[in-house]
Amino acid sequence: MDFLNDIPWMLIAASIAKTLFLIFGVVLPIVSYTVYAERRVSALIQDRLGPNRTGFPISLFGFQKDLQLFLGGLGQPVADAMKFLLKEEFTPGHVNKFYFWLAPVLAMVPALSTLAVLPFGNFLFGQKMVVADVNVGILYVFAVASVGVYGIVLAGWSSNSKYPFLGSIRASSQMISYELSLGLSAVPVLMIIGNLNLSEAIQYQIDNGWLLLPFTDGKLTLRELLLWIPVLVSFIIFTISMFAETNRLPFDLPESETELVAGYHTEYSAMKFALFFLGEYAAMIAGSSIIVVLFLGGWHVPFLPINTLESSTTPSGIALGFLHITAFFAKVVGILIFFIWVRWTLPRFRFDQLMKLGWLYLFEIALVNIFITAAILAWVK
Amino acid sequence: MSTEVQLLNVQIDGVWLQFPKGTKVIDACQQAGKFIPRYCYHPKLSVPGNCRMCLIEMGMPKMTPDRKPVLGPDGKPEIGWIPRPQISCAQDVSEGMGVRTDSPMVKECRQGVMEFLLINHPLDCPICDQAGECRLQEFSVEYGNAHSRFLERKVKKPKNVELGPRVTLDAERCVLCSRCIRFMKEVAHDDVLGFVDRGGFSTIACHPEKTLESNYSLNTVDICPVGALTSTDFRFKMRVWFLKETKSIDVNDGLGCNILIGSREGHIYRITPRENNDVNGNWIPDSHRLNFKVLQDGSRLLHPTVDSKKSTWPEAVAAAHSQLKAASKLAMVVSARLTNEELYLAKRLASALHITLHDVLPRVGEPDGILIPADRNPNTAGARLLGATTETPGSQLKDILTGVRNGTITGILSLGEDLLECGFTHDDLAKLKALVATSILPNATTAAAHVVLPGAAFAEKRGSMININGRLQRLNKAFEPAGECRDDWEILSDLLSATGQTHALHSVEDVFRSMSQDVPAFEGLNLGKIGDLGLQLLTKPEAATA
Amino acid sequence: MAYTVRRPNLTFWEKLYLPNIVAGLAITFNHLKKMLKGETHVVMQYPEEKWDAHLPEYYRGAPTLVTDEHGRERCVSCQLCEFICPPRAIKITPGSLPSDSQFAKVEKAPEAFDIDMSRCIYCGLCEEVCPEQAIYLRKDYAVTGESRADMVHHKDKLYELGGTMPGLVHKWNPDK
Repeated sequence: MDFLNDIPWMLIAASIAKTLFLIFGVVLPIVSYTVYAERRVSALIQDRLGPNRTGFPISLFGFQKDLQLFLGGLGQPVADAMKFLLKEEFTPGHVNKFYFWLAPVLAMVPALSTLAVLPFGNFLFGQKMVVADVNVGILYVFAVASVGVYGIVLAGWSSNSKYPFLGSIRASSQMISYELSLGLSAVPVLMIIGNLNLSEAIQYQIDNGWLLLPFTDGKLTLRELLLWIPVLVSFIIFTISMFAETNRLPFDLPESETELVAGYHTEYSAMKFALFFLGEYAAMIAGSSIIVVLFLGGWHVPFLPINTLESSTTPSGIALGFLHITAFFAKVVGILIFFIWVRWTLPRFRFDQLMKLGWLYLFEIALVNIFITAAILAWVK
Repeated sequence: MSTEVQLLNVQIDGVWLQFPKGTKVIDACQQAGKFIPRYCYHPKLSVPGNCRMCLIEMGMPKMTPDRKPVLGPDGKPEIGWIPRPQISCAQDVSEGMGVRTDSPMVKECRQGVMEFLLINHPLDCPICDQAGECRLQEFSVEYGNAHSRFLERKVKKPKNVELGPRVTLDAERCVLCSRCIRFMKEVAHDDVLGFVDRGGFSTIACHPEKTLESNYSLNTVDICPVGALTSTDFRFKMRVWFLKETKSIDVNDGLGCNILIGSREGHIYRITPRENNDVNGNWIPDSHRLNFKVLQDGSRLLHPTVDSKKSTWPEAVAAAHSQLKAASKLAMVVSARLTNEELYLAKRLASALHITLHDVLPRVGEPDGILIPADRNPNTAGARLLGATTETPGSQLKDILTGVRNGTITGILSLGEDLLECGFTHDDLAKLKALVATSILPNATTAAAHVVLPGAAFAEKRGSMININGRLQRLNKAFEPAGECRDDWEILSDLLSATGQTHALHSVEDVFRSMSQDVPAFEGLNLGKIGDLGLQLLTKPEAATA
Repeated sequence: MAYTVRRPNLTFWEKLYLPNIVAGLAITFNHLKKMLKGETHVVMQYPEEKWDAHLPEYYRGAPTLVTDEHGRERCVSCQLCEFICPPRAIKITPGSLPSDSQFAKVEKAPEAFDIDMSRCIYCGLCEEVCPEQAIYLRKDYAVTGESRADMVHHKDKLYELGGTMPGLVHKWNPDK
């Protein structure tokens, strides 16, 4: 029975705890409230009110009125989730059943899997706040994220219907095109950091200031100032590509309502549709998290002390650990709000414009940017 | 050979046309496409000329001193116009006559007459049954003024007066055209109506100690151009513009008066006569026009029954067939109220079931000397022609009755007749092993019958009948049969199928086509060719003997 | 015939797009800000806020029947509204007034008058066509019911909603 002793039980337990906390404690609530925020912010931008009625139904338990927290309508995501769960699980007769059922899973799973390597906090309870602290973190993220396109392609293909089909064709060409510039725009950052491990990326930014805001370590050198230019270019291209990768407006051609009904998920309803929906928002969170890790210092809060493994069990260490986690997700939420804000500002691209932008501008600029970074790195030691 | 009718040249609104001598100017103008408004004039009645609505400008050819017409530059006679307007209804056309129907004077005259007629009118169109088919409304729009200049108090006259059991008078609406008076005197030969009082107080009234109770009284309502005479039965029941008018024929006697069925949503509201000068002119007896009421008193058979239990059509038809097949000897009693198509199918069914004894029930009454003949069955001639009966209708009924009483006949198929009327007793009916009846209303036969198949009423079916004068006329379907009732031809063709006969009868038109192939008299005809006014199929003596 | 729309000549900054995107973001942000500060008020929060006070004179709500100042029901069941009604929402069963009635001269009154409010389209043609000024579209708009049968307004409900509409219709005055 020796082999039982060889199994790192503590590591497995800690990983499961971290996964459950990350997915059910943080990501899924953020997803549902991002949907709520999407509706409220879009409404406010358009001089409307949005969902402001649904409270928490405590009147079911004998209270006089439903519980309404400040803006109102905070019960809406719960109600939406209930609706999706209780709706009839309908599968149209003309679809390819197996792939039709597989597609929503393939849309949801990669988005959640990318979260595994994201360091969402420093140390807490003697644990490093990352599920898998692997050395190829960023490559893993790109690899898994690119699987997400299969969900959409399969959904469109298995639906046996023209609009989903067109939507999925658009999605595949769009996501493959923008993966190029996404990857290339991350290269300068990795060159500067000199490591693929995302925790190391954060450590580098703690030591040298956030890449996008190099003064956060309290000093500004010529090297940082020169590197700031390619980093800014990288940030813009990375962000734009991330919009395209997550099918957000202005790049939501795979599901553009005015042209394709609902795009690749036209034939979906109930929980299968909800999985696409959640997958899209989970992908947004994953994308935002990577932006935060690569450019905005991850969980780091400037001018605050950093936990060590040992100090993370002391009361002040625990508080600091939670603060770092909060800081990380606060930054993520900020990016998400920016996602939403952009969506309700910009109109949709035409498909040829989309392709032109990806292949003729972003790709070239990202490529040149690598050489500029290399030159700066070689010139300024 | 009739003598040659002299054609006269008449100029109407500048156009020279020819009309036979004796044509009234009002009719000549109408034939020329110039309708002249009228209230009192009715082509079937005498001409009193008292409404003054048909005023026209008239002229006679100018004559030279030697009585030759003066010819104008176009070679036509020059017309000397009479400076005063003339009534066109009391004037026959004459050679060289000129008529102006839309000159300023004529228009002014009509406007004036309309104004006078409307002086005392109560303007109660919203409650008036005539609204929608009222000449006052129509001509007021066409020729009258939009407003009244009359400031004085209107004359009050009797309202809601019961002139007779079926006719109500509203004297305020009356324009005193006297059509009703003339009709009662000249057509109904029951001179009960007249004017009483003078001047503005003139009203229609019955002669003392008499009421308007002639069997033709409701025709006065039809010819009344305004809402003065209304049908007490139809009063306030339905506005006329909702009624769907179906051209059909009356089935209460052998004449088959042409009628319009006014129905809405499967409900008959009134029946009015339809002009057919070869049959009934413009009239119809009251008793016939109100007879549709028995169909709507809620007693209709609405679904097929087997052994007094509600059943479905396929079950009932199968049960009827097995009953009839089981009986040792069958007889059939057919109604002469069925259409030719139904009688034809009944005959085919009789041969399929090997029935040799079959007859119709004759109905004979007193003829009234106007429209109602002695024969009260609408299709006796058809029954004879199609072999449903013999030359003397009803002569075989006795044989059937005897057969039933001595037990040789054990089954009867009764198509639309009550066997009690044919001389049977309740005991006779109880003796029968098989009794299958089609009917519209319940009676002693349907009560005793093992299978009852409810058929369609006259307003619910399309088909043809031959009247006592040999005229082939057409019934039209106003609405679908009530409840689960079915067209009789459908029931008969289903029974025919049940006997194992194959046929391709999918519509009543198919039945007629099949009949026209089998019966020489109908050769080359179809239901469409009969037309709304019918066509003469047999001569009168032929119809009486066939 | 096809005709070509000339594309505008863009400056370098316009070609870069980013400044315009930022300008667009500023516009939407301003809208958001004004909404949050409560400076924009476009949406009406229905059950709490209502338009009732601002309904115009010509507002077309639920059709109703009215009586005159003597309590006579003005409708004489001429059925013109039933005829004109585009969705066939009106169904009238005509009846007659008894001869001992105070208003016997009118002779005719509706025995039943049903308006199916689930069919009514509030077009107002019934009001327009009524020769007796008996049917009016009042300002009731919240017509609710729990079944189709609930949505049918019968005669008594119609008179309850309609109330009295004074103003003489001389026609039915027995003295006139």
